[in-house]
Amino acid sequence: MSFPWAKQYEPKTGFTKWMDEKLPLPRFVYNAVGAGYPVPRNLSYMWNFGVLAGFCLVLQIVTGVVLAMHYAANAGVAFDSVEHIMRDVNWGWAIRYAHANGASAFFVVLYLHIFRGFFYSSYKAPREMIWLIGVVIFLLTMATAFMGYVLPWGQMSFWGAKVITGLFGAIPLVGEPLQVWLLGGYAPDNAALNRFFSLHFLLPFVIAGVVILHIWALHIPGSSNPTGVEVKSESDTVPFHPYYTAKDGFGLGVFLLVYCAFVFFMPNALGHPDNYIPANPLSTPAHIVPEWYFYPFYAILRAFTFDFILPAKLWGVLAMFAAILVWFFLPWLDKSPVRSGHYRPLFRKFFWFGLVPCMAVLFYCGGAPAEEPYVMISQIATAYYFLHFLVFLPIISSIEKPEPLPFSITEAVLGSDDKAVLGKDAETAA
Amino acid sequence: MIRLVGILVGLVFTFVVVLAFVVGAYNHITEPAAETAEHAFHLDPHGPAEGFAHNGLMPEWDLAQLQRGYQVYKEVCSACHSLEQVAFRNLAELGYSEEEVKAEAASWVVPAINPDTGENTTRPGTPTDYFPSPYANDVAAAAANNNAIPPDLSLMTKARHHGPEYVYSLLTGYQEPSAELAERFPDSVPGPGLYHNPYFANLNLAMAPPITADGQVTYADGTAATVDQMAQDVAAFLTWTAEPSLVDRVKMGWMVMGFLLFVTILAWLAKKSVWSTLKTRKD
Ligand code: HEC
Ligand code: HEM
Repeated sequence: MSFPWAKQYEPKTGFTKWMDEKLPLPRFVYNAVGAGYPVPRNLSYMWNFGVLAGFCLVLQIVTGVVLAMHYAANAGVAFDSVEHIMRDVNWGWAIRYAHANGASAFFVVLYLHIFRGFFYSSYKAPREMIWLIGVVIFLLTMATAFMGYVLPWGQMSFWGAKVITGLFGAIPLVGEPLQVWLLGGYAPDNAALNRFFSLHFLLPFVIAGVVILHIWALHIPGSSNPTGVEVKSESDTVPFHPYYTAKDGFGLGVFLLVYCAFVFFMPNALGHPDNYIPANPLSTPAHIVPEWYFYPFYAILRAFTFDFILPAKLWGVLAMFAAILVWFFLPWLDKSPVRSGHYRPLFRKFFWFGLVPCMAVLFYCGGAPAEEPYVMISQIATAYYFLHFLVFLPIISSIEKPEPLPFSITEAVLGSDDKAVLGKDAETAA
Repeated sequence: MIRLVGILVGLVFTFVVVLAFVVGAYNHITEPAAETAEHAFHLDPHGPAEGFAHNGLMPEWDLAQLQRGYQVYKEVCSACHSLEQVAFRNLAELGYSEEEVKAEAASWVVPAINPDTGENTTRPGTPTDYFPSPYANDVAAAAANNNAIPPDLSLMTKARHHGPEYVYSLLTGYQEPSAELAERFPDSVPGPGLYHNPYFANLNLAMAPPITADGQVTYADGTAATVDQMAQDVAAFLTWTAEPSLVDRVKMGWMVMGFLLFVTILAWLAKKSVWSTLKTRKD
C-alpha cells in the first residue's frame, strides 16, 4: 500500500539493522503510525477520534485487568466485592471510576467517530471494508459494555440484564429456549453473572484484534479528508509523524481533561443511583433504563407499541437491531460520487437538521420514562431514523447536484496546485 | 437492487412505527393517562439552608458534624438499619483516636461463635468488625416493620438522586397529608403503619418518623440537638459512609487537572511548532 513518495524506513544502528532482519517491528510501526505513513495534510480535529478510541480501549483493558484482580464474579458477593474495591483496595475507587467512566468516554468517542463518518461519507469506496469492520467493533463494544454493567450486580445490573436478555424471548419458536440457554437459567443469576464476566474479560481482546484489522484496512487507501478528494500528489500529504502524532497528542490532552473532570468531580453523574442498591429479584425498580450510551436504541425498541401482524415487542427488537445493521449497508445506499458533506448541499441539510436532532431526541427519550409524550416523540424520531438512512439517503444521492470540488487537497489548502498530476481519481471527477 | 430493498425495509419500519404513533396518540387523546398522586404531590429534595461542607468544588469533611451524625445513627437509626459496608476501624477517619475507636467498637455487640461450645453467641466488637445488623435476617426485619425491610444505609446517599439532600429532606419532611391530597387521591392517604412524606417516591413509607423531638440525642460536643441539626448531621455522616474517598478524590482531581492542563498546553505548543513550517492557509 501507501503512496510512492512515502518515506522509507532505514535502520541506522547495529541493533535496529539486526532487528529489521529478524523481526521488522520498528519498520512496521514506522510505516503504520510513523513518518512512513503519508496522511492528507488537511485533516480536521474530527479525525482525532480514531486514535482516542484506541486509547479508550487500552484504558479499559488496563483498568479492567486491575479490577478483575479484586472482583469476585459470584451473585452472593459481587456487589460487596465492588464496594471492597471502592473502600479497601489502594486507589480502588480511582480505578473503578476510571473504568466506569472510561466506558462512557469510549462511547462518546465512538459516536463522534461514527458521525464523522456519516458527514464525510467515509464509508464510501474505497473504504467500505474499514467501515464494515468499524460497525463490528461498535457492536462488540456494546456487548462488552452491556455485560460489564451487569458485573457490579446492583439493581440496574440485574434488571437491565433481565430486560435485555428478555428480548430474545420475543423471537418466535426458538426465543424462549434461546434465552434460557444464554442465561443458564430462567432469570439472570450466578450462571449468567459468571459467563458475563468471562465474556466481558474476553471481548476487549477480540475488539483489539478487530481494531488491528480496521487499521490494516485503513492503511490500504489511507485516510480520507474533509474535502473528500483523494490524495493526488505528494504535496497533498504530510508524514503521520510528527504532524499527526503532535495533533493527536494535543487532542489526547483535551480528551483527558474532560474525562478526568468526570472521574474526579462527578464520577456517578452518568450512572444510575439504583445500581448502588444490591440486586433484588423481588423488587422491580420504577424505571429500568440501560446505560446512557444505549438510549437511542432503547428508545427505538420501546417505540413499537402496536401489534401489526407481528407482536409489538418483536417489531421493537427487529427495529433495534436493524437500526445498527443499516449502517452496514451505507456504502451501497448512498451512491453520490461526492464524499464530503461540505460539497453536498441537500445531504448536509438532512444531516444537520434531520439526523443530528433525531439522534438527540432518541438519546433523550431513551432515558425518559415510557410514558407520553416521550413515547410519541420517540416514534416520530424512530420513523425519521429509518427514513433518513433507508429512503432519503438513496434519493438524495440521486437527485442532488453537488457543489464544485477543489481540484486537489493542496488546492483546497493553498488556493492553487501547480504540481499535482491530472487524471487518475475517477470518482471525484464529478 | 440493494437501494430498492432498503427503501422497502425503511418504509415497512416507518409504517409500523407511524401506526403505533397514531394508535398511541388516539388513545392518549381519548383516554389521557390519569394524573397520579406521586406526580402531583412529590417534592424534590433540598439540602439544609447552610449547605453541606462536602459539597462544591472544595469539599471538606466537617469532622465534628460527622461525629454527631454517627451519634445519631448509633442512638436512633441503628435500631432498624444496618451499615454493612462500614467497619469500626473506619471511624478513625472521623477523627477518633485509636483508643477511642477500640472503645467505640467495644460498645457494640456483634455476633460470634463460642470457642468452647461452637454455639452462636455475641461479644463486644473490635475495630476490624463491621457494624452489626439489628435483625437476625430479612424476615425478622420485615416482621418488625410492617412488612418493609429497613434498607442498609451504607450506600443510601449514592443510591438516591441527590442522596444527602434526600436523606435530610426525608427526615425533616414528615407531615399530615393535605386535605387536597385526601380529596383527590383517597388511595394515597397512608394506611395503617404507613407515614406520609412528600419526599418519598410513592409518598407513604413504612418508617415512622425517626427524629421527632429536639434533644432526642444529647450531643457529646454540646451542639443543640434540634430536629433540623440531627437530620443534617446524619445526612452528612451517611455521605461519608457512602463515599469515604469523596474529599480525597476531589483534591486529587485538582492536582490531576492542573497537571493535565500543563501537559495539554505543552502539547498544543508542540503541535503549533510542528505545523508552523507547513503552509496551511490560502494566501
Ligand atoms: C423503627 C425503625 C426505623 C428507624 C429507627 C429508622 N428507620 Fe429508616 N426505615 C425504616 C423502614 C421500615 C424503612 C423502609 C420504608 C419503606 O420502604 O416503606 C426505612 C427506610 C429508610 C430510608 C430509605 C427511604 C427510601 O428512599 O427508600 C432512609 C434514607 C432511612 N430509612 C433513613 C433513616 C435514618 C437516617 C434513620 C435515623 C435517623 C432511620 N432511618 C431510622 C425503619 C426505621
Ligand atoms: C471494551 C472495553 C470495556 C468496556 C466498554 C467495559 C465496560 C464496563 C462497564 C460499563 C462496567 C460497569 C461499571 C460499573 O458501573 O461499575 C465494567 C465493569 C467491569 N469491567 Fe469492564 N469494560 C471493558 C474492558 C474490561 C476489561 C478488559 C476487563 C478485564 C480484563 C474488565 C473488567 C471489568 C470488571 C472486573 C468490572 C466489574 C467491576 C466494576 O463494576 O467496577 N473490563 N466494565
